Amino acid sequence: MQELLQYIFSGLTNGAIYAVIALGFSILYGATRLINFAHGEFVMLGALGLITLWQGLKIPLAIALVLAVLGVALIGFLFERLAIRTVSRPEPIVLIIITVGASIFLRGVGMLVWGKDAHSAPAFFSFAPIDVMGAKLLAQSIWILVVVVALTFALHAFFKKTLVGKAMTAASISKKAAWLTGIPYEWMILLAFVLSTATGAVAGVIITPITMCSYDMGTLLGLKGFCSAMLGGLGSLWGALAGGIVLGVLESLGAGFLSSGYKDAIAFGLLLAILYIRPSGIFGAKDLHRF
Amino acid sequence: MTQSSLHETVRIGLLTGAVAAAGILFDNAYHIQVLVFIGINTILTLGLNLLMGYTGQISLGHAAFYGIGAYTSAILTVHFQFSPWAALFPSLGLAVLVALIVGIPTLKLSGYYLAMGTLGFGMIVFIVFRELDFWTGGSSGLAGIPSLKIGSVDLMSGRNFYYLVWGAVLGTLVVSRRLIESRVGRALRSIHGSEHAAMAIGVNTQAYKLQVFVFSAFLAALAGFLYAHCIGFISPGSFDFMASVRMVTMVVIGGMASIWGALLGASLLTLLPEWLHAFADYEMIVYGLILMLVMIFLPQGLLRGLLDIYERSRNA
Repeated sequence: MQELLQYIFSGLTNGAIYAVIALGFSILYGATRLINFAHGEFVMLGALGLITLWQGLKIPLAIALVLAVLGVALIGFLFERLAIRTVSRPEPIVLIIITVGASIFLRGVGMLVWGKDAHSAPAFFSFAPIDVMGAKLLAQSIWILVVVVALTFALHAFFKKTLVGKAMTAASISKKAAWLTGIPYEWMILLAFVLSTATGAVAGVIITPITMCSYDMGTLLGLKGFCSAMLGGLGSLWGALAGGIVLGVLESLGAGFLSSGYKDAIAFGLLLAILYIRPSGIFGAKDLHRF
Repeated sequence: MTQSSLHETVRIGLLTGAVAAAGILFDNAYHIQVLVFIGINTILTLGLNLLMGYTGQISLGHAAFYGIGAYTSAILTVHFQFSPWAALFPSLGLAVLVALIVGIPTLKLSGYYLAMGTLGFGMIVFIVFRELDFWTGGSSGLAGIPSLKIGSVDLMSGRNFYYLVWGAVLGTLVVSRRLIESRVGRALRSIHGSEHAAMAIGVNTQAYKLQVFVFSAFLAALAGFLYAHCIGFISPGSFDFMASVRMVTMVVIGGMASIWGALLGASLLTLLPEWLHAFADYEMIVYGLILMLVMIFLPQGLLRGLLDIYERSRNA
């Protein structure tokens, strides 16, 4: 029981991080019907950026957090301007290759800047872990869960209540109709990229105290985030949250009770199963296009 | 024989001559080795190009089939004392079987989902290579793979292996060429143009996509078999996601839907690390930039794109 609970706790923590990454995929997909294969690399940039700012340059934690997220959002801005806007034939195969290229490029830059070694950061707070029936719940885990749920609420409010959020939703439903009502469609796409990469950076900064961070951490995290987004139904914010938690817990239980070496294969197996059987996701209502 | 297929025959004849001449002229073992790698990469690129360039179906996990070809043969020869030639058929057969099983559900997907599906498949196979350490040696790899022999002639000595690989390249080139110009080739290109339109005119798109996927997996496994017996040592690192990206880059730089482009792409990207010292540190940056820049500015590939620019400047 204690063991099971411990696995669930660590699954919840990892799942919350997958959920934030999934949110980034969902925001971008919702607005542009595009899947960014470089999304995981923005998580890596957020994590390593924070470690440099906070541990390397000794900037106070709160300011370093904001700077890391803003810096990554700026890179997301440049990415959209330089690599996505310039494409003359925006077909999926072209955009896939470009975002895969961006992913490899950013990983290469990460390796040059931060080297091949893994980096880590101390815990943000020094509270004693809470004891729940013998299993330890770290303060860090609670903090991560709170951040994730708050972020989902904030994004939900943004898309439902604010004018800009509603304009983004409108632009994603029909480009032309939105343009006719005076919504600057191109700005909405740019904003979607900036928001999506910024949430990627948020995932990166909250992960730093609980895991080793290195230049190549992004690919796996990106794929798991995508898997979570698919589980919950791509484009849905609450689906992303639920999908992330489900994946995190399943993975943690699988690693604990079956084999830790195959831990990562669980996510990919789940991803393939979802793609084959129910591409609209467990929680997705309408059928998603496979063609 | 039409004009264009006559041109093709001449080109293949010229390439055969060039291969033979290079085999005689190059004396240095290092140069021969580089040419062997160009050949292996050309086979890989040709296979992926049939799938990606001609049929428009992306695969981000093709290194899996390359790895299956290499590992099956390596395991059978090292652990079960198969002769390498006897291991050729099981390794190609396993790749084809896996491609069939994976291809049937995966090729129902398209676009981003297909890319993610193949990426996930590639990752799973990579994890299996790494974790099945009883057979594969895990991350530290599998050494002592025997070299190929015909009778008492060791193919590893001198230029024999070079001729073997380039013989396979020429064979693959001719078969690919014939395939493209056949009824099947036209069906594949119609799928690239529009899958719905192809279906509407009676092309069984699922069957064709599966066939070309299996064929490209077969070629990747053949390349993997040659690679394993050429190097004598394999490790999972040669078949990871980056390996799949390298293959895609070779297709993209040579130009999608171009058989000769495959030769160019494979040659350029095999030579690049040899020319650029300290390339290992910049490898990912270079590949990433190539993928982005070629797709943004020269979506037809380097060769076609540069020719277009040249023609435009001459006409202006």
